[in-house]
Amino acid sequence: MKIITGSDLRTGDVIWWTGEGWSRHVNDAVEAGEHAEAIIARENAKQIVTDTQVIEATVTDDGVRPAHIKDRIRALGPTVRLDLSLKPADPAAGNWVI
Amino acid sequence: MYQYDSYDQSMVDARVAEFRDQVERRLAGDITEDQFKPLRLKNGLYLQLHAYMLRVAVPYGTLNSRQMRMLGDIADKYDRGYGHFTTRQNIQYNWIKLEDAPDILADLASVEMHAIQTSGNCIRNTTSDQFAGAAADELVDPRPYAELLRQWSTFHPEFDYLPRKFKIAIIGSETDRAAMKLHDIGIQLVKNDAGEIGCRFYVGGGMGRTPMIAPVIGDFVSPLQMVSYAEACLRVYNRYGRRDNKYKARIKILVHEIGADEYRRQVEEEFAHILTLGLEPPAAELERIKGFFEQPGFAAGASDELDLSDPDFALWVDQNVHAHKQPGYAIVNISLKPTGGIPGDATADQIRLMADLALAHSFDELRVTHAQNIVLPHVKKADLYGLWQKLDEAGLAAANLDLIGDIIACPGLDYCALANARSIPVAQKISNRFADLGRQRELGELKLKISGCINACGHHHAGHIGILGVDRKGVENYQLLLGGCEGADTSLGTITGPGFNEDGIVDAVEKATDVYLAQRAEGERFVDTYRRIGMAPFKEAIYAKEPVNG
Repeated sequence: MKIITGSDLRTGDVIWWTGEGWSRHVNDAVEAGEHAEAIIARENAKQIVTDTQVIEATVTDDGVRPAHIKDRIRALGPTVRLDLSLKPADPAAGNWVI
Repeated sequence: MYQYDSYDQSMVDARVAEFRDQVERRLAGDITEDQFKPLRLKNGLYLQLHAYMLRVAVPYGTLNSRQMRMLGDIADKYDRGYGHFTTRQNIQYNWIKLEDAPDILADLASVEMHAIQTSGNCIRNTTSDQFAGAAADELVDPRPYAELLRQWSTFHPEFDYLPRKFKIAIIGSETDRAAMKLHDIGIQLVKNDAGEIGCRFYVGGGMGRTPMIAPVIGDFVSPLQMVSYAEACLRVYNRYGRRDNKYKARIKILVHEIGADEYRRQVEEEFAHILTLGLEPPAAELERIKGFFEQPGFAAGASDELDLSDPDFALWVDQNVHAHKQPGYAIVNISLKPTGGIPGDATADQIRLMADLALAHSFDELRVTHAQNIVLPHVKKADLYGLWQKLDEAGLAAANLDLIGDIIACPGLDYCALANARSIPVAQKISNRFADLGRQRELGELKLKISGCINACGHHHAGHIGILGVDRKGVENYQLLLGGCEGADTSLGTITGPGFNEDGIVDAVEKATDVYLAQRAEGERFVDTYRRIGMAPFKEAIYAKEPVNG
C-alpha cells in the first residue's frame, strides 16, 4: 500500500495521513491510492505540514509497517532512546524497525 | 576568551529579529517551504527524521561557563533534556519546535552565541585544537587566529554561496589534534629557523564520499597576511569549483583535478592581487584579539604532586589528564563515552555540572573536542581529585580517552535524514563488548569512528578502525575500514572487504584487535601494526570461516 507521511510544520513531529487529517501514529495511516499527489498538493497548500511524501507500506498483524527502515524509525522514534519514542514502555519496541 | 563587541552583538541580535520575522511569516503561510528552507538552514535549523534539529556554533570549540550553562538550560527548556556534541565541535538539539527556534536563538545571543553558518554552502565554524593555550607542546596559541578567521568568514558576502560547504581548522602545535589535513583548509602555525611565526596552508582535504589528504599549498605565509591568503584560496575555489555536480563540488576535487601545483599558482596570483587591495585586517586588530587570550592568572608555585592512592582516580589521571604548559596545572578530558552510552550525548544536568566545574576549577573555560568530548583546559592539579569525584557521581568519569571505548559516532539513522544505517547502536555494542577497562588499556590508543552514511560525519576514513553504514536493499550493512589516522601521520582507511550486519561488525572489530594483539611489536599502536603488516592478516582473520563441528 501507499501511505502519506510528512512533518508537522510547527513542531516538526512525524505525522501520517489518516484520510481525514493527520495523526502521529503510523497505525492510523490509510491507503492513499491514486489520489496521493492531489492530497499532498491540497495539504501542502494549508501550510500546516511540510516535507510530505508517499511511501510504501504493508499491513501486518502489528498494524501498518513502512517498507523502508528509515520510515519505520520515523514512525517509532530513535531506537537508542525508546524512552523518547512512541512506545516508551516497550523495551522491545526497537525490534520492530529491524 | 573573546568577548563580543557592540558590532558582534548587534549583528547577532539583528539576525535573531530577522529570523523571528521569517518564522512568523512561514507559520502564517506567507512564505512557502521552498522559500523558507534556505532561510532556516542559514540559521542552523534542519528538519531531521523526528523533528527540527538546531546546530549551534561553538567557535573553535571554546565556551565559558555561562554559555555552557545556557546550553544545558536550552536542552531542558526547549528540547528533551539533552544535547549532542558533534565532530565539528558544535552542539545539536534533536527535538526543536519551529515556533521555539527564534526564542532559542535569542537565548543564545544573550550569551554571545548563535547558529549562523552551521549549514549551507558557506564557511562553517572554524575548528581548532581543544588544548589551545594550554598544551605543553604548543608553539603558538591558535585561538586569536581562529577568532580572526571567524570574524572574516562570518557574513562574508563573497563566500555566502560557495559551490559547497567549506571547513577550516587551525592548530598551533606539532601534534595535530584537530584532523587539520582533512579539512578544506587546514592551517598549521609553525616557526621557522629564525623563530618567526608562519601559517602553513594545507588545502583540499576532506572526508565524505571522496576522502583526500590536503597537500601543502602555502608553506609559510605571514600571519599578517593569513586572511588575504585564505581569501585567495577561497576565490580560486569560488571561481572554478564544480557547481555542476554536487558530488564533485568540494575544493578537494578542484585541487585534485587541476593539481596542487596549478592550484597553488592560481592562489599565488590571486594572493598578489589581493595584497594590492589592502583587504588584510590591520595588525592592531590581531593584537586586540590576542588581548582576549592572555594566560589566566595561574597560581605561582602550584604543586605537581598528586595523591594517586585511589586506583580508579589514578586510572583516570593516567588516561584522561594531559600535560599542561603551566607547572602545577593539568588539562582534563571529560569523556562523553560511558560504557554502552551514546557518544557525544550529555544531559542538561551534566552540561550544567561541567559549566559549574569550569567556573570553579578551570578559569571559566571549556572546550568541545572533535572527538565529541569536553575539555577543562586549566585545572590545578591539587583540585583534580575533588573534580574527579564530582564527575564520577555524574557519570562523567569514563577513563577511556583515545581507547577503543572512546568511539566517535554520528547520529546515524536514529536521527539523521541523510543516514543509511544506524551508527549509535553499533557504537553501543562495541562499547559493551570492550567494557573492561583493563582490556581497553591493553589495546592502547585505538581510534574507532563510525559514520552512518558516506558523508562521513563520524570520520570513519580517519579511524584506526572505521565503520561505514550503508543501505543494502533496505537492510543496514556495515563496511569495515582499517588504517585510517588523523594527525601528523594522517592516512585514510582501507575497506577490508564485504560488509557485515550489526552483530557481525562487532565480531569483526574484535577479530581485528585480536590480530593486533598477536602481532604487535613493542610500542606499536593498532594503526602502526596495520601499517607494518598490511591488510592481509587482518582480512584472513576477519573473514575466516567458522569450523563446522561433527
